[in-house]
Amino acid sequence: MAKAEFDVPELQEYVDVPELVEGTMAHLSPYVAKPVHNTPLGFPGELVDDWHDKVLEKLDDLRSRYRSLQVYLDACVKCGACTDKCHYYLSTKDPKNMPVGRQDLLRKVYRRYNTFAGKYFPWLVGAKDLTRETLDEWYSYYHQCSQCRRCSVFCPYGIDTAEISMAAREILDSVGYGQKYCNEIIAKVHEKGNNLGLPGPAILDTLEGLEEDVFDETGVAVKYPLDVKGAEILLVTPSADFFAEPHVDGLIGYGKVFHEAGVSWTMSTTASEAGNFGMFIGSYENMRRVALRIRQAALELGVKRIVFGECGHAWRVAYAFLNTLAGPFDFLDPRYPVPQHICEYTYDLIQQGKLRFDKSTNDDMTLTFHDSCNVARATRMGDKPGGQFDIPRAVIKAVCNNYVDMDHETIGERTFCCGGGGGLLTDDLMEIRVKGALPRMTALQNVIKEEGVTHMAAICAICKSQFTKVLPYYGMEMDQIVSVHQLVSNAIILTGQNSDEEDADSDDEADGDA
Amino acid sequence: MSTVYALLFIVATAVLVIGLATKIAQYARTPAPLKIPTTPAPVTQTGVVMRMFREVVFFESLFKSTKWTWIFGWLFHMALFVVLLRHLRYFMDPVWLPIELIQPFGVYAGFAMLAGLGGLLIRRIFVDRVRYISAPSDYLWLLLLIIIGVSGLMMKFVAHTDIVMVKQFFTGLMGFSIGTLPIDFALLVHLALVALLMILFPFSKLLHVPGIFFSPTRNQVDNPREKRHLADWAKAMEE
Ligand code: HEM
Ligand code: SF4
Ligand code: SF4
Repeated sequence: MAKAEFDVPELQEYVDVPELVEGTMAHLSPYVAKPVHNTPLGFPGELVDDWHDKVLEKLDDLRSRYRSLQVYLDACVKCGACTDKCHYYLSTKDPKNMPVGRQDLLRKVYRRYNTFAGKYFPWLVGAKDLTRETLDEWYSYYHQCSQCRRCSVFCPYGIDTAEISMAAREILDSVGYGQKYCNEIIAKVHEKGNNLGLPGPAILDTLEGLEEDVFDETGVAVKYPLDVKGAEILLVTPSADFFAEPHVDGLIGYGKVFHEAGVSWTMSTTASEAGNFGMFIGSYENMRRVALRIRQAALELGVKRIVFGECGHAWRVAYAFLNTLAGPFDFLDPRYPVPQHICEYTYDLIQQGKLRFDKSTNDDMTLTFHDSCNVARATRMGDKPGGQFDIPRAVIKAVCNNYVDMDHETIGERTFCCGGGGGLLTDDLMEIRVKGALPRMTALQNVIKEEGVTHMAAICAICKSQFTKVLPYYGMEMDQIVSVHQLVSNAIILTGQNSDEEDADSDDEADGDA
Repeated sequence: MSTVYALLFIVATAVLVIGLATKIAQYARTPAPLKIPTTPAPVTQTGVVMRMFREVVFFESLFKSTKWTWIFGWLFHMALFVVLLRHLRYFMDPVWLPIELIQPFGVYAGFAMLAGLGGLLIRRIFVDRVRYISAPSDYLWLLLLIIIGVSGLMMKFVAHTDIVMVKQFFTGLMGFSIGTLPIDFALLVHLALVALLMILFPFSKLLHVPGIFFSPTRNQVDNPREKRHLADWAKAMEE
């Protein structure tokens, strides 16, 4: 078990709703962004002197531009339905981590300065003055929300705390009080084209390495092309796919699928990142700038289709926002949705019978699937509502013999966040990340015990990185988290591969490192 | 006294109507720049209407959430709805047949409403999480509605009020002529609090009533790939 400077919750059979304990997480705040992180994003370098007025101005501005914010600030009836739905409350007991508790941090200021009751009878409606302490409290608790939207599923008015925390973060950024992790990363994307700041040559190098590995293993020359003009498909994938485990095994899988489909495809240096942290900080402007790189890459390379790799929040920005931010995409092939998810792509090929698999290569594993929050509650796959749950599972079941779901209260639209989404995937927030994973870890532990599950698959770079770090805190192994296309990669039979399909069935072939 | 009440109701109605209209106009004017329906979401406009219908009539999301709050909350609202319908008889002559037909249920609804409100109040006091998020106004709303309900039922079961006179007063008021109200304690309390409720409505959490219809997570069609969705202020960035 990994060492921690905080108490790691013990896994029980169920996650009980705890009695609240005030202030348990008040000490935790992420590192504050420095001028070098802020200025490239168009924010003041550090906290401005007239922050008080500027905060209120920004709140007015956002209320006039986002209906969600205005309606959600007004509509909450304090029914309490959301209070036990946030993984961070369930694991920290801190009432300011209850969705409505979190919203109220902003709402009490809104009420004080913008509503009749709050102006004249603040004590009656819980309205509070905006002080420096308020600002710090926002900074702390709005960075303990992974914007997973679980609360919005259960609120009778669909009040989405993610919208509130995005607005709060934008207000903080507008007065120079932003979060280092997110802002530094966005600055890197603006400058280098990806979150990790990988330069083009490094990516090219990695991709050549992958081509060699796959060739050595299979004897088939699968290509991992970069910046190829005139390719049919542009693949945009999270930069973690270029090097980290288990992400890269997923990338290998996408390449094999494209290879078998016989389609020409490419990645792009300009758009070497599917992620878009502009969403986490609620900045339309930054999100748009990041999204426009993808349009630019598609135009420059003259592709016909755009496909996204496995990443949760990236898929939200891609599926739900890309057309808005960087559309219209009338220069692409109108027969396909823009963009498509790699799971949709692979699923279609499976449906058409174009891929062949040897499922037994995954027989050393019993799989379960973690629905990533952004995919589950903010997007779709295929043309039916709920396709985002069915399609990845269908892909897994097509390539694996052993699959079971976790407790139904913890998957699908009710899925629990990995604990690291929404711009929290940074070491300075490790405490909330580990604690927030509790409900997911509990459900996983249960299927491990009861169903003999060995591995959990996911389609989100943040989830994968988060679980790699967090699983050991709960006594599990970091490599128990796998990519969906890693499973596809294990099982897919490439035309002309070393030991051809006849003896692949007899299952005596060395199956790589699976 | 009757004149005071007449003026009170004119003011209350004006505040309610103008206040709500202002709020609704504000919600309608404010753009929703991004597609954010909570998915799985309907992919057609008809689907969205169905979703909204289920939310408003059955409190679908609340049902998924907590059964106790749902039972009390739904009971209170449905009963309130029947009670409100029943009250229409004070404002129309002749009384519309369906309103005539529900009259017998109205009394049960009155009790059901109080039961629901009582449940909600108990939950607010005894569940630590709900207590934590409650401001004084949250208790007062429940008390206000409870007193309105109790005073209403008192007129039926304890001290009868001359409802023919009440009806004449309100139908008269609708033509801006001020009649006389029976001076009964229960009635005066009942009416004063109803007027108070109407005045506070547009400035309070009762804005959940228009709010639910404007909630983007519930009222948007899930079709961002098919149809480009662009707010005016966002369009301005493209120029
Ligand atoms: C479109 C019509 C309406 C809908 C869909 C609706 C829906 C809801 C829902 C789902 C709740 C949360 C559950 C609960 O605590 O009961 C609620 C709470 C509440 N509603 Fe409504 N409502 C409507 C109309 C009204 C009206 C007309 C009033 C009063 C005149 C009202 C007063 C309240 C109050 C006071 C609460 C808070 C209850 C508490 O303190 O727990 N609602 N409403
Ligand atoms: S969006 Fe997720 S993390 Fe944020 S308050 Fe809601 S449930 Fe909690
Ligand atoms: S469920 Fe919605 S209305 Fe109820 S307390 Fe939470 S945010 Fe407010």
